Amino acid sequence: MTQNLRVKSSEFIDETNRISFKFDGKTYYGFKGDTLASALIANNVHLVGRSFKYHRPRGIMTSGSEEPNAIVQVNPNSNITEPNARATEIEIYQGLEASSQNCWPSVNFDIGAINNFLAPLFPAGFYYKTFMWPKSFWEKYEFFIRHSAGLGKSPNTRDPDIYDHRNIHCDVLVVGAGISGIIAAKNAAKNNFKTLLLDEKNEIGGSTIFEANEDNKINNNLASEWLKKEINELKNIKNLEIKTRTSVAAYHQYNYLLARENLTDHLEKKDKKNKIRQRLLKIRAKKVILATGALERPLIFNNNDRPGIMLSSAIKKYSNFYGVACGTKNIFFTNNDSAYESALSLHNKGIKVKAIIDIRENSDAKIIKKINDAGIKIYWSHTIVDTKGYKRISSISIMRLSNDGTSVTGSKISISCDCLGIAGGWTPAVHLYTQSGSKLTFDEERKIFIPKADTKEQISVGSCGGDFELDEIIRNLNYKLKNFLNIGKTDFDSIALENDHETSNRNIWLLPSDQSIGKTKPFVDYQNDATAKDIKLALREGFRSIEHVKRYTTTGMGTDQGKLGNMHALGIIADTAGVKMGELGTTTFRPPYTPLTFGTIVGRNVGEFFDTFRRTPMNDWHIKNKAEFENVGQWKRSWYYPKEDETMHQAVQRESKAARQSAGILDASTLGKIDIQGSDSSEFLNRVYTNAWSKLPIGKCRYGLMLNEDGMVYDDGVTTRLGENHYIMTTTTGGAANVLGKLEDYLQTEWPELDVYLTSVTDHFATASLCGPNSKKILNKIIPDLDLSDDNFPHMSFKEVLINKIKCRIMRISFTGELSYEINAPASYGEAIWQKCIEAGKEFDITPYGTETMHLLRAEKGFIIVGQDTDGTMTPIDLQMDWIVSKKKYDFIGKRSLYRSDTMKKNRKQLVGLLTEDPNIVLEEGAQIVSELNQKPVEMLGHVTSSYFSPNLNKSIALAVVKDGKNMKGKKLFIPMKNKNISVTVSKTIFYDEENKRINA
Amino acid sequence: MFLINCPYCGERDQQEFKAGGEAHIERPKQPTELSDDEWAEYLFMRKNIKGVQFERWNHAHGCRKWFNMARDTSNDEIKAIYKIGEKPPTQ
Repeated sequence: MTQNLRVKSSEFIDETNRISFKFDGKTYYGFKGDTLASALIANNVHLVGRSFKYHRPRGIMTSGSEEPNAIVQVNPNSNITEPNARATEIEIYQGLEASSQNCWPSVNFDIGAINNFLAPLFPAGFYYKTFMWPKSFWEKYEFFIRHSAGLGKSPNTRDPDIYDHRNIHCDVLVVGAGISGIIAAKNAAKNNFKTLLLDEKNEIGGSTIFEANEDNKINNNLASEWLKKEINELKNIKNLEIKTRTSVAAYHQYNYLLARENLTDHLEKKDKKNKIRQRLLKIRAKKVILATGALERPLIFNNNDRPGIMLSSAIKKYSNFYGVACGTKNIFFTNNDSAYESALSLHNKGIKVKAIIDIRENSDAKIIKKINDAGIKIYWSHTIVDTKGYKRISSISIMRLSNDGTSVTGSKISISCDCLGIAGGWTPAVHLYTQSGSKLTFDEERKIFIPKADTKEQISVGSCGGDFELDEIIRNLNYKLKNFLNIGKTDFDSIALENDHETSNRNIWLLPSDQSIGKTKPFVDYQNDATAKDIKLALREGFRSIEHVKRYTTTGMGTDQGKLGNMHALGIIADTAGVKMGELGTTTFRPPYTPLTFGTIVGRNVGEFFDTFRRTPMNDWHIKNKAEFENVGQWKRSWYYPKEDETMHQAVQRESKAARQSAGILDASTLGKIDIQGSDSSEFLNRVYTNAWSKLPIGKCRYGLMLNEDGMVYDDGVTTRLGENHYIMTTTTGGAANVLGKLEDYLQTEWPELDVYLTSVTDHFATASLCGPNSKKILNKIIPDLDLSDDNFPHMSFKEVLINKIKCRIMRISFTGELSYEINAPASYGEAIWQKCIEAGKEFDITPYGTETMHLLRAEKGFIIVGQDTDGTMTPIDLQMDWIVSKKKYDFIGKRSLYRSDTMKKNRKQLVGLLTEDPNIVLEEGAQIVSELNQKPVEMLGHVTSSYFSPNLNKSIALAVVKDGKNMKGKKLFIPMKNKNISVTVSKTIFYDEENKRINA
Repeated sequence: MFLINCPYCGERDQQEFKAGGEAHIERPKQPTELSDDEWAEYLFMRKNIKGVQFERWNHAHGCRKWFNMARDTSNDEIKAIYKIGEKPPTQ
């Protein structure tokens, strides 16, 4: 049965706009302006979820982002479902659907609730202690743990919504638009600072806007009325941008803040369409004013988690802001004066308040008299020892507190109720402040952590700075603003303030009960079901560091990050361990302040924009010709070109044969190209490559190997001398950017005296590599004027030619061992030149081949691929490439390291060839190599780095790195695999055309 | 996320930069004359102090220039930025 608890129209709720929504499949009604929480409460629904561990019934506790219990699944039956949304933050709209989490089959009857009765079996560290034995059972345990862990369900299809990022630069950022934030923003903007004011709620005004305390007056007006006028004036202020529904998630160094702006979550489905759902604001602010307010603390007592037990401030907000009564028989339980304000505002609306339980002996605040006048009974020096009511609180039991507050005395009084407001004082919301790297200090008297110091770039104002009362807030704010913004006066210098002064709190972190603690359930972290008992157990077991206790008990580790109970956890630890809270410190407040969706974090970088690809100018041709692609660095390279229903293996075998028998063509555009100019270019190359460059004639090419300073191979490629002081260097595809960076580093920092200029021209040229015995004939068809004889255009030389008036560079170089020409054309003509080669090659059955065939062909020749046959631990000597290391040069990068004891030691791994005994077996790359099969422990000699079936040799070939491989030629080794041991023989690294005749074929 | 004042371009977001390790370690002019230990000192040994550290940074996605930075590693405060070849600030 639903009951309407709407008490009185509220100016913040549009009662003419009735909205229907579904919760757990049932239809309810609310009004425009309601949150899911306020609308449910108006329908007298308090039970909204089950707790994490014990599956205890839980209700709405708060009215904001600190909510630990009322977390729901939104749109549970669609692909935009969202778990762990706080009912207190969801604005209702026509068609909204939400459901409870962590319960089965329903929130009213939840099988998991059996855990509540088994609670003694689930102490802190239960998982660590229980599922360790026997060790072999872990996999079985894991299956069940995974099934019972977690709260909501994540969507299992692609998120259809649009998310966005925006960069914002401002002079002053004000976080939080309560009374302090509004005053601060107004002053900043009026003094010509470009100001941004953010608030997570849909309305600005904070808690003052629905304040009903007649004792709080500004300029003889009610504080709330005064603030409304101020808000109206904000619209006319230049330089001020206000964003609501915007929650600051993170505050990083250098005033860099991330905020989530929620744009469509409150709209109906039809209005959401094609709009950006959430936007991540990346804010760089010159100055930041934190006005994040304070969070009300609960009280920790036995069974303090039943539906209907709420924060006192939340009850006030529901009645004053949403016009909703949280109960019809209300009781408040408090350690300070603020609960009296909530009680009085309910009473003034005609909502029954039965009693106020106060753990203090008395209070001399003015409001006490009003409560007495209203006839509300106050129980001084009393505490709640137990509550009753499974799915909704039905009664409380109270007893008198002993003077020291550690025990209870006298007889027990039971009072029935359907709502209990708890008020444990206020905790400044210092989360963002500490995220920025600033330190807190503990105020022992008021038991709060407050910011230690303001800086030139950041201040904390209002209650997040430790000022709670109106006159104190505004006086300190005025003073701070003048210093911070360097302004002579503010608009609020001569403001008249009146307010009641509160009597101090009485802080008892864990309230006693008449039962022993073992039999009670005083929850500290509601969401994670961590009780004061668990914390005490952790301390008994020897945990001392607050960070360790947190992880062991999971206190403060839920989606709410323990916004409510963290202080109590600290207090209980301090009391139990007998230390001062200030010495204990706090756990780290990590971003985000409230959870972010993944969509917001990635913004537009989804799908093809997740990681951008580079494509060559011939890409369209490859696609048209059915190429399969592989990712190389950021490039998409043609991998192989399957014909009809060819497998990859079949295609690669065909391509490899064709390239050696007639002609093949490869798109080599992705190789890095660096243009080197300047009078010291030759000297520069001498220093960066292991071989000598000074004598390379103009028009010739040379292969170079580049090392790191530690002597290990870093990159390789062919460099061509285009002119006296002009070279073009090629690098590996993946290494291009790093090589350029490294060369620039040496030029700028070690050898600034060298006259050398480096320019990346990778994207400026497209490269078609023609290869095979017929490649000369094909090139001749394309450029008939060019003399291709070995005398005029020998191997390792270069010509600049015109093809259809397009200036191209042709290098006669070979990575396959075949006669081969690389045609470099300006990128925009890349596809045209490629087409020309294909057409000219038709009569020779020219075969396009991809990277896989390229790898196979070079392996037949024993040419290394840096990064495949090397791994950052291979020197040129290890690669048996001693021939490329100049003995004459005085120095080059990495030279000295080749003579270190470690790089000279015997038994280093060296590159060798491997031939399998059975020529049909192709080894697996990465397979381990051993010399004896029955050795224990078996010594790993090395591993296979490259392995292929060579169609040109009709047998399998492999390259490998093997300890002392240099001296093992002809030796038999073994490769133990799962089902068999493969016998191999160490060979030379070159398998095909050992005399290198084919490059001049 | 630092805000780094590139000496050639002005203030830019940290994303545009690449850190390059400790500054003022000069490559030996005559490496062949160094013992293994001396060469290893240059090659491997780097300071990792709590306090002001001198570092090399590169405006990799900007002007590609290298420069030096004095940074307090305890609170990430950038104390000074100066060009390659300039002396580190004494204070």
